[in-house]
Amino acid sequence: MKEKYPLFVVVDRTGKLVSESYQSEITEEKVQNFYYHMVRIRTFDRKSRALQRQGRIGTYVPFEGQEAAQVGSALALETEDWMFPTYRDHGATLTFGADMDRLLLYWNGRLEGCVPSYTKNIFPIAIPIATQLPNATGAAMAEAYKGTKNVSIAYFGDGATSEGDFHEGINIASVFKAPVVFFNQNNGYAISVPIEKQMNSKTIAQKAQGYGIPGIRVDGMDVFAVHLAVKEACDRARRGEGPTLIEAVTWRFGPHTTADDPTKYRDQEKTEQMREARDPITRLERLMKKYGFWNETWIKQIETEIENELNEAIERMETFQQPDPAHMFDYVFEQPTWTIQEQKEALLGRGGA
Amino acid sequence: MVMIDNRQQYRKQTEQKSFTLIQAITNGLETMLEADDNVLLLGEDIGVNGGVFRATDGLLEKFGEKRVVDTPLSEAGFVGTAVGMAVNGLKPVVEIQFLGFIYPAFEQIATHVTRTRARTMGHFNLPMVIRAPYGAGVRSPEIHSDSIEAFFTHMPGIKVVCPSNAYDAKGLLITSIEDPDPVLFLEPMRLYRGERNDVPLDKYTIELGKGRYVERGDDVTVLAWGAMMPIVEKAVAEMKAKQLTCDVIDLRTLYPLDKEIIAESVQKTGRAVVVHEAQATGGVGSEVSSIINDTSFLYLKAPIERVTGFDVPVPLFSIENDYLPTSERVKRAIEKVVSF
Repeated sequence: MKEKYPLFVVVDRTGKLVSESYQSEITEEKVQNFYYHMVRIRTFDRKSRALQRQGRIGTYVPFEGQEAAQVGSALALETEDWMFPTYRDHGATLTFGADMDRLLLYWNGRLEGCVPSYTKNIFPIAIPIATQLPNATGAAMAEAYKGTKNVSIAYFGDGATSEGDFHEGINIASVFKAPVVFFNQNNGYAISVPIEKQMNSKTIAQKAQGYGIPGIRVDGMDVFAVHLAVKEACDRARRGEGPTLIEAVTWRFGPHTTADDPTKYRDQEKTEQMREARDPITRLERLMKKYGFWNETWIKQIETEIENELNEAIERMETFQQPDPAHMFDYVFEQPTWTIQEQKEALLGRGGA
Repeated sequence: MVMIDNRQQYRKQTEQKSFTLIQAITNGLETMLEADDNVLLLGEDIGVNGGVFRATDGLLEKFGEKRVVDTPLSEAGFVGTAVGMAVNGLKPVVEIQFLGFIYPAFEQIATHVTRTRARTMGHFNLPMVIRAPYGAGVRSPEIHSDSIEAFFTHMPGIKVVCPSNAYDAKGLLITSIEDPDPVLFLEPMRLYRGERNDVPLDKYTIELGKGRYVERGDDVTVLAWGAMMPIVEKAVAEMKAKQLTCDVIDLRTLYPLDKEIIAESVQKTGRAVVVHEAQATGGVGSEVSSIINDTSFLYLKAPIERVTGFDVPVPLFSIENDYLPTSERVKRAIEKVVSF
């Protein structure tokens, strides 16, 4: 099956194009855009882990290693498209247009952070695994119903493919040719369970065959390959040709969450070797150096820019208004039911019961 | 005055038709498909087949397959799909073929349907309805007879509605579809083809969260909903021979319950019997008792009686009538609270 679903690669580990035919894809604008976003989300990720260690935010879910998968896919979307992320996809949401300070608020346990963006169509992150796949199908079917060309993209991990909602979401989308891209990031582990114990199939992409839709296996450490594959899947969806399943083969360098100790279940030395050989940002840097896009001044400039943006976002998160317990009551229904109203008054002592 | 009954008003104004409960549902769906282009129906066998109970009969022909969608056999899938549609501007009405088939969709309902407004502070809301026939008494196979409203009244973020007659069914269904929040709409399959009502052909609404006096009396308040209403009414009619009269209340909405009508009636009669076919423990009857306790404890002349199903899986149909509350059991409960 690995032969039938070969890994789609554009830039190899040394930073070289696998075929000269891709030369036209490699423009300075694109290279810089990919690089900027990957550095931006990695900086965010590392900073967030530090904030967690310092007790300034709660448990955090890092995605280091998956930057190419998240940036390459998010940049393939158009403004009006829909994104259905999981808890490890804030690299993608940030790239698509989520608010950074809201994201930090979310990881600090604040309800105000649960809406990733007030301008982009980003569904709040799915915690229950795979449940967002049918949701993405529905949003896509609604776009088709309205007659637009907009698509939706569902993000999910390797573990999600064992859930029923993976099947139900893709099956319905395939039956109705819904304009949706199912974007899997296969990072090798669902917390501690390796892919070999998650599934008997050799690839995730091959599962597409069961739904009669295209399945693409792409090097998730190669931002160009991911971007091209997702763009093509979006184009297919926009043409009314239905969903695509993409497996981006990647690796999570860090723990499952900041509460997890990966040394218990995997060889961290292997991860360090993986980082050495396959780190998506290193690979892009190698390409930049090889093809004449390396520009120290520009890199210094964006690093400063990103640092400032992050510090400002952290500042806004830390000086955000105090949480209001009334909020837990105020948004369950458009109008609170009498039970909720009474309970709110009992807790807050306002208005009298 | 909490009695909500505007039938007379509608009788004067609009054309009526005599409908069974299920015909009223079909007419309510048709009314809303006509009124709002964003309304669409999703479910198993609802299109070509018109639904296993014929609730959507003729709607595919009239509105086409874009509006009346035969889905794969995939409850979690199409409830989850409806979530995505609802956040994206549509108003899906989903049919679960039997309430006992809702279990695969439980996760979608618990984690997205009921929670999305709260967790996004109102940025996303889900104007969607999940319709489901429920209950025993029609000799259905296993699992088809479950009455599990309490799972959902316990779940924050969804209203639970259950009509007992054709007039209420159409009005409550329209209100549910127009509600900006999710509604679980339970249809007593046992009453689908029972008594007929005159139902206005125009659009009309009945406020959610309001019960209705079916009958007025002095001695006991009998509270029920859905398929239990005819059983209660028969019992109460027979009690008249013993010079006992009852307030009979059809609660109609199970979340939020109509606290006012419960308190008003129990404070008058001082005695209450709650009837439901679901299992006793943790049933909605317990919540009704709790409301009586909170609002009317000092008015009570007798402990509250519950007449319910038992804490067992609804049995196969050869003994389902032994599981279900009967008029005899309701009468005994009335006598018990009167003679306390």
